[in-house]
Amino acid sequence: MITAANLFGLCAAALIGLGLFGLITNPHPLRKILAFNIIGSGVFLLFGVIAYRGAGAGMAADPVPQALLITGIVVAFSATALAVALLLRLHDETGSASLSAEATDTESRAEQDTPSS
Amino acid sequence: MMDWLNLGLAALILGLGIWVVLAREAFSAVVGFISYGLLLTLVWVQLSGVDVALTEAAIGGGLTGALLIGAASRLKRTENAVSAEQPGTALKWLAAGLSAAVTVVLAVCVLALPEPAPTRAAEVAANIDSTGVGNPITAVLLAFRAMDTLLEAVVLVFALIGVWSLTPDRFWAGRPGNRQTADPNGILAYIASTLPPIGIVVGLYIFWIGADYPGGKFQGATILAAMWLLVIMAGLVDTPTISRVPLRMALVLGPLVFIGIGFLGVVSAGAFLAYPIDYAKPLILTIEFALMPTLTLILGLLLLGAPQRAVES
Repeated sequence: MITAANLFGLCAAALIGLGLFGLITNPHPLRKILAFNIIGSGVFLLFGVIAYRGAGAGMAADPVPQALLITGIVVAFSATALAVALLLRLHDETGSASLSAEATDTESRAEQDTPSS
Repeated sequence: MMDWLNLGLAALILGLGIWVVLAREAFSAVVGFISYGLLLTLVWVQLSGVDVALTEAAIGGGLTGALLIGAASRLKRTENAVSAEQPGTALKWLAAGLSAAVTVVLAVCVLALPEPAPTRAAEVAANIDSTGVGNPITAVLLAFRAMDTLLEAVVLVFALIGVWSLTPDRFWAGRPGNRQTADPNGILAYIASTLPPIGIVVGLYIFWIGADYPGGKFQGATILAAMWLLVIMAGLVDTPTISRVPLRMALVLGPLVFIGIGFLGVVSAGAFLAYPIDYAKPLILTIEFALMPTLTLILGLLLLGAPQRAVES
């Protein structure tokens, strides 16, 4: 039967593709952040598979990639927090969460119109 | 038996991944993402990465999930308008083709990984005694690759500075989040006053045990941060004003001690972040103790976000 390393390696490859698809096609920035996290976890999983394959010297897995993974997960959280903060500020400023240039234009025009009318 | 467990895990993870990407509402997508993070924790256990599993459960699933749930509920009103901006069918097919191509290339790479796999496990095993710690991951994090951990601590401080700099001018130096009020006789206030003592002990235990067994400062700090957030959510304490000097000192204390010990290494052991052989373990513990409050505060404050209230006059 297929080994655990291959199984989760292929699973990681599928997750990266899936996340990439969501990142491109989903128009909502929060969903893009989620999709980006799926890509990230796929990359981490692939790296974890490489650590698992590096078992040896009495260790169940290679500790060097695993330690880097812990660093990676924490950094991914801080990047997500920054992305969410940017998104919430965009929302507070424009009242919308759209990334499209047209939508922002229409809204800023609407804001300029309001005082004069 | 093990194979079926792995197959089931892989299928569930892929299914939840598809749910996160395709779900109609952002809120249900976030809930899917949290379950996804928890299942991923089991995968880490299957891949012999208990330390990684703890980090994933605490930070990947827990903190990120809480952060995204908060954002999803604040952005709920915008969802319909933005969802109307769906890309055209052609672009969707193009994206699907590109994603499939990336997956196929990666899959081919996975199946073509070299045999036997390259590994550093033997070198870690040969040198771990010189560090005085028993957990190889802690040895890598704080001795062999201490530079990564130092940069990571600095990245966390920078991320918090980034989040804080998104504060609107009128709220600058104010407090993040709304003032929470909960029924003082309610269940939330009850939990918030009984759980933290237990949570603090568990968090410190996980931190302390990390020197020799799975655990460590990130996992422990996340539990401490969670206890802090629980007390804030129950309205028992307010969020801190970000201009307080003691708070800011605590935020940079960990990285500064780390850098200081790094430079000490230049003098005493001949290289930046090198430890004199007899003092390796005390120095590693000093760094961990200094990083612990910094990490707890930064993880909690990143979750709370930019200030939304001015300082009360």
